[in-house]
Amino acid sequence: MWFFTHVWIVPALMALSFLLILFFGKKMPKKGAEIGIFMVSICLLFALATAWNWATWNHDAPEVSAHATEAQALATEAGALSNVPSNCSKLAAEARETHGGVDAGHSESADIEGDGPTEEHGAPAATNGTGTGTGTGTGTGESAAGATSGAAASSAEESEAITRPVVRCATWIDTPQASITWGTQIDGLSVMMLVVVTLISLLVHVFSTDYVHGDRRYTHYFAFLSLFTASMLFFVLSQSTLQMIVGWELVGVCSFALIGHWWEEQPNSDAALKAFLTNRVGDMGLLIGMIILFFAADKSFSIMDINILANEGGIGHTTLMIASLCLIAAVMSKSGQFILHTWLPDAMAGPTPVSALIHAATMVVAGIFMVARLYPVFFHGLAIGGSSVNALAVVGAVTALFGALLAFVQKDIKKVLAYSTVSQLGFMVTSLGVGAWTAAMFHLFTHAFFKACLFLGAGSLSHACHHSFNMVDDMGGLKKVMPRTFWTYVIATGALAGFFPLSGFWSKDEILAGTGSFPGTHGANGTYHVMLVMLLLAAFCTAAYMTRTIWYAFFGEYRGHGTPHESGPRITVPLIILATLGAIAGVVNLPWDVPIIGAHAFEHFVEPVGLYFPSISHAEFHPVLAVTSFGVATLGIVGAYLYFWKGAFAGLHGLSERNKVAGFFKNLLVNKYYFDWLYTTVIVGFVKGGLAHASNWFNKHVLDGVVNSVGKGAAGGGKWVYDHIDRTVVDGAVNGVGAVSSGTGSGLRRITSGHIQQYAALFFAAAAVLAGIFVVLIG
Amino acid sequence: MLLNQFLLLAAILFSIGVYGVIVRKNGVLVLMSIELILNAVNINLIAFATFWGMGGQVFALFVIAVAAAEVGVGLAIMLLIYRNKRSIDIDALDELKG
Repeated sequence: MWFFTHVWIVPALMALSFLLILFFGKKMPKKGAEIGIFMVSICLLFALATAWNWATWNHDAPEVSAHATEAQALATEAGALSNVPSNCSKLAAEARETHGGVDAGHSESADIEGDGPTEEHGAPAATNGTGTGTGTGTGTGESAAGATSGAAASSAEESEAITRPVVRCATWIDTPQASITWGTQIDGLSVMMLVVVTLISLLVHVFSTDYVHGDRRYTHYFAFLSLFTASMLFFVLSQSTLQMIVGWELVGVCSFALIGHWWEEQPNSDAALKAFLTNRVGDMGLLIGMIILFFAADKSFSIMDINILANEGGIGHTTLMIASLCLIAAVMSKSGQFILHTWLPDAMAGPTPVSALIHAATMVVAGIFMVARLYPVFFHGLAIGGSSVNALAVVGAVTALFGALLAFVQKDIKKVLAYSTVSQLGFMVTSLGVGAWTAAMFHLFTHAFFKACLFLGAGSLSHACHHSFNMVDDMGGLKKVMPRTFWTYVIATGALAGFFPLSGFWSKDEILAGTGSFPGTHGANGTYHVMLVMLLLAAFCTAAYMTRTIWYAFFGEYRGHGTPHESGPRITVPLIILATLGAIAGVVNLPWDVPIIGAHAFEHFVEPVGLYFPSISHAEFHPVLAVTSFGVATLGIVGAYLYFWKGAFAGLHGLSERNKVAGFFKNLLVNKYYFDWLYTTVIVGFVKGGLAHASNWFNKHVLDGVVNSVGKGAAGGGKWVYDHIDRTVVDGAVNGVGAVSSGTGSGLRRITSGHIQQYAALFFAAAAVLAGIFVVLIG
Repeated sequence: MLLNQFLLLAAILFSIGVYGVIVRKNGVLVLMSIELILNAVNINLIAFATFWGMGGQVFALFVIAVAAAEVGVGLAIMLLIYRNKRSIDIDALDELKG
């Protein structure tokens, strides 16, 4: 229990480490790296101890403030809030108040049950709750009544122990209407994230001491690694939605600083800006969604309050739907989902260990974590669990498939991995969208290990090849000189591709089963046929493009300069650790009874049972589906093997030059579906521009595009495709946009003169008008 | 003493401040005008607090603290602008022009 209530030490330590490195790092013998590594190691030990405590903790013994009796504790929302102090949650305070008055009537029964074994606790809590609900009647709010009746219903079916999250908080601002608190919420989900973040962060720290050795901002780099870790820990431990927003933005700022670590080169600082600004788009959604939830949950920022109210019907369906759609926008930007994924591949401009940290443990999983944390909002808002297709599942499935396709045409090994992350995050989002919450978390868990291993492996490769990531032009034949990097990379690739019995196989299989549409699977929340097909296709592509990277990096002739060499132990040891974990991490959630940890240990560890979490069902392991997904992965690997190693499918080689349709699709992929073009040219151009400015730009761009495409098309005879697509669709769109912007642009242009004082004048004029309206309305 | 007198003073100060922000070309004077606006608000807050008693004095303190920080940052910006442009003429700064 001590670990649960004092877990704030972990982010605090990392923040302290940031300050220490910043102020004293330069004077230390190892330039500050040792401070970071030392602090992360302590945090990892703390996290592991917390995890051990959580796994062995008896959820049955409520620990509340001294003046609350056990009956009150059990009665607070049927136990879910019994470890939540009153000042951290309005519902907890309400429940304690309501039940405090009738304490005498119920203390007896509660006392008797208090000594009973774990399994029986759902029932007494429920009887207690309903008894009070009918007994007192008055003074119980709508929500409390709903909650207690819900408690009766759910605990009648659930024989499992109720999860009691441990919440501790400090009040930051207190007003009579609402109080703003910040603190920690410990349950399986946050403990799991705690372990993953600190573990990956430690290995990245160690890896970095060699990788960025001698860098011009070495100390600064380690300071920001610490701050990045601290922000993510602060985020995953969030007790209130406001704290979540703060952590979310902190993570964004740190990623900005680290992606632009080598900012002297223009593309790097552009990539950092792009990452930051793209995230701003989604952050608006986050802000609006959180504000809606704040007001919907009776002016409470507490995550527990929001979840319980959303889960028990205290918030209307429409409100939840709007809030969840806003939050999905945030997930789209942070977790690189279509159509806001464009920043993620560009973020490869940062140092490789940072990419590993961003992709495995911190930045991009923040979106997934947010959905998982506020799952009742999404579950009920989007009506997940029926079989109707919802926004979350669609976004995820589209991302999983189209992200995987993009990885095929990349030359840069890190970009392949970046698109693979986009695709895998798509898997997780789909999984959340179809109701397979545990499968998503499990995939997040396993993905963290093998994706970190792949990124660090790519870093090791470029370390050997004069800091080039271009696997097509500068690598090849590295298998012999870099055996450790090769084998770890192959294992991680196998895990990512879903190769039996590596960890990725188990988690991916759970997601596929969770779609519930495979014939013969039982227990899923709904049936999503489209999702299953898209995910299987994505899994096939994943296996194929990862095999492609292995071919280019490790086989054939060496195409770079100099003589490559194996990296030192500080690089290879983290690789070996991660590859081992990536291989065996699947053990924690096997469907069969494993010695010591038992069957579905991960599920029991992470998934909450109680009022603040929807009672989702779990798809059962299905051998035929497992064999199918394994077959799909093998097919991808074997196909790519035959294509690259044996030169099979000779007809496919150079197809894009000969066939106009294939060429069109390749162009589409090389240009990343024209999303960047859409954003920079159409949207930015529209905002920036007057008519002359914008349409000039467009014309130049379109003419260039047409000329280029005619040039390419003439060789392959694909002219008609371009005529149709470019002339009608693109030209039409451009002309339309041009015509619209001619109206607004010329008007807007006069306003954006760049003169500050003119802006100030407009500002004051607007304020005066608003004040006038206000006076009229009030008067 | 009437509340109106204070409000009138504040309104005049505010208007002078707005005039300065919009019209003056010297960056430092624009910053000073912003200070005038903030102090006009302070007078309002304290006047209402004194006459109606709504705890506005605390916010006046907040405003003073924030204004100090703002002037610190503002003057630093002005200094850097001067280093780069050899002038603090606000009109010369139109890089945001669309």
